[in-house]
Amino acid sequence: MPTRPEVRQAGPKPPFWRDRAKRALIFQLLLVAAVAAFLIFIIGNTQANLAQRGITTGFGFLSNTAGFGIVQSLIDYSSQSTYGRTFLVGLLNTLLVSALGVLAATIVGFTVGIARLSPNWLIARLANVYIETFRNIPLLLQIFFWYFAVLRTLPSPRDSISLGEAVFINVRGLFLPEPLFESGFGLIPLALALAVGASIALVIWNRRRHAATGRRLPAGWMSLALIVGLPLAGLVLTGVPVTWDVPELRGFNFSGGITVIPEFLALWLALSIYTASFIAEIVRSGIQAIPHGQTEAAQSLSLPQGLVLRLVVIPQALRVIIPPLTSQYLNLIKNSSLATAIGYPDLVSVFAGTTLNQTGQAIEVIAMTMAVYLTISLLVSTFMNWFNARVALVER
Amino acid sequence: MTIREKMIEARPAPGLSIGPLAWLRANLFSGPVNSVFTLLGLYLLYVLLTPTIQWAFINADWIGTSRDDCSREGACWVFVNARLTQFIYGLYPRDELWRVNLVFASFAVLIAWLAIPRLPFKRWIAVVTLLVFPVVAYVLLYGGYFGLRLVETHRWGGLMLTLILAVVGMVAALPIGILLALGRRSEMPIVKSFSVVFIEFWRGVPLITILFMASVMLPLFLPTGVSVDRLVRALIGITLFQSAYMAEVIRGGLQAIPRGQEEAAAALGMGYWQRMGLIVLPQALKMMIPGIVNTFISLFKDTTLVMIIGLFDLLGIVQAALSDSRWLGFALEGYVFAAFMFWIFCFSMSRYSQYLEKKLHTGHKK
Repeated sequence: MPTRPEVRQAGPKPPFWRDRAKRALIFQLLLVAAVAAFLIFIIGNTQANLAQRGITTGFGFLSNTAGFGIVQSLIDYSSQSTYGRTFLVGLLNTLLVSALGVLAATIVGFTVGIARLSPNWLIARLANVYIETFRNIPLLLQIFFWYFAVLRTLPSPRDSISLGEAVFINVRGLFLPEPLFESGFGLIPLALALAVGASIALVIWNRRRHAATGRRLPAGWMSLALIVGLPLAGLVLTGVPVTWDVPELRGFNFSGGITVIPEFLALWLALSIYTASFIAEIVRSGIQAIPHGQTEAAQSLSLPQGLVLRLVVIPQALRVIIPPLTSQYLNLIKNSSLATAIGYPDLVSVFAGTTLNQTGQAIEVIAMTMAVYLTISLLVSTFMNWFNARVALVER
Repeated sequence: MTIREKMIEARPAPGLSIGPLAWLRANLFSGPVNSVFTLLGLYLLYVLLTPTIQWAFINADWIGTSRDDCSREGACWVFVNARLTQFIYGLYPRDELWRVNLVFASFAVLIAWLAIPRLPFKRWIAVVTLLVFPVVAYVLLYGGYFGLRLVETHRWGGLMLTLILAVVGMVAALPIGILLALGRRSEMPIVKSFSVVFIEFWRGVPLITILFMASVMLPLFLPTGVSVDRLVRALIGITLFQSAYMAEVIRGGLQAIPRGQEEAAAALGMGYWQRMGLIVLPQALKMMIPGIVNTFISLFKDTTLVMIIGLFDLLGIVQAALSDSRWLGFALEGYVFAAFMFWIFCFSMSRYSQYLEKKLHTGHKK
């Protein structure tokens, strides 16, 4: 007679330290307690230290008069302005050099990255030398190089190098002619807006027509002609209502026109050149990541070479390129804080530097500075994630 | 039906498909556009290289002791020569330099041992490098024990300080980074959110603000009367910054390990730390080495920022030497020297990381 297998009795409940859920709960509570204890320790120490040094906390200092001038400012600023205004000036200067740096680094980076893949041996080598040289030298060193070794050794205003007697460069910076708009110029931005609107409509119409009939117009070239041509036509029709304020040598320095300070030039050059070398590597690996079969398949459909690139290779390469490109942009923005080493008046230099030294409000100033960079980082990565999601491959 | 009774004569090699001339045609002059690019490239090379070589080698002055030995027609390497000891060791006492040399020589041997794949006892060497070596290096460099003269950290500088900052920051950041990466992948919500906030915070702010924070705010955080050395403050800032970047590299490596590995370990009854320590991390760390080397390169370059809070690393000490009144006007020479030093280190490390990547890649392709 076969014996029935014994039914195992449920044993006593395991002790709570063998229960995963409870263990996780206890561990997390301990972590919270440890972090809280650490924070209380720090806050207590800070309060004691501040009381001992006689520093009052709070953001009241922002409305006090700063009392120092700033060499470059996009908004009205004088030494009578408040620390709040200083913060704003610094922030705008940071954004200015970052935006122009991102623009230049993208153009140079894409050019060098594509040149790196050129079938021309010499061009590919030169691009490689560019990449390997500039990405292996610290950015701060490059900033110093441009500032102290190049721009600071330029001639004095009296013997400045000039391009066509309109653009001057000397030890005080770069002097550009400034366009002055006379009455009647309002028409030109209007024409530009009109041209942009018409181009967008044209592209949408062309896309629909292409989908419906298979025929297409060269919409890209047509929009370019519109956007360039219409404002130009407007300029000619209104009799060119622009005069140029050309910088002139008066006494020891130039006056009139736009002045680009050497600190800005050095920072912008170094940031663009350094970041471009990383972008070039990203572009190269992005394009190389597309299997050669894709190109061959497109060619066997008898697409012309331009369309192979535009419709097959580049859209797929962009998917690979965009995430690392985002982090390079963020790096550039964060690296613009090196401005403080050569005295370009960015956020860190005028706020976390001069303002902190004058007011002694270390905690508020550093917290505000860090908050700005965190916000910029989050905004840029949110935007780039959205863009990435749009171009990403939709799977299942 | 035709029958051939003689061998066909071997045809000559097709004209211009081999040899240097054919290479030139295929790679440099394959079309009108390419030819123009090649000529432009050659012109660019000529314009850039001729004055550089003239300046750096042909017209340069190498031997001497003061600025009077420089003809000023080309580079004055006399400046670098005269300051070389300072650039490398900072203000470390001249008769104690053997201590620094010993530390760096032994470090180089250990690292070379770990980097060359063929050598045995990797595990023991790694333990020695991570646990024993730091203590020995501290005792040798700082002194104060075994009759060694005490050398305060403000006398440390130059290349030596750059290496110390980078290596200590890296070694200290590695365990924190591993914990953070594990925390970010954890199923416990509080642990996960703590890790995410910590990582994103340090990654979102520039290193300069962290260094400012370490030098200005850290003294406020500590109990009254406790003061921390400036070098240690910089190291704390660098470690926190680096650990966040390290965590992301490690997370990438962890994600590359198939889930089945961890599940199989769990099926064998292993606990969390056993699964991670014995199964997942050993596989993941091996794949992460190129990424870790890359973050080390960026840390190595970023250590130059410490000069802003008043430490004299390689760039800081070159910059300080430039304002010496006896040696004014040699900025270019100083920067070229510093750039060359940094370049050698970074370039060789990036080559090593590329070699590893290639090696690991073929391993997985089979």
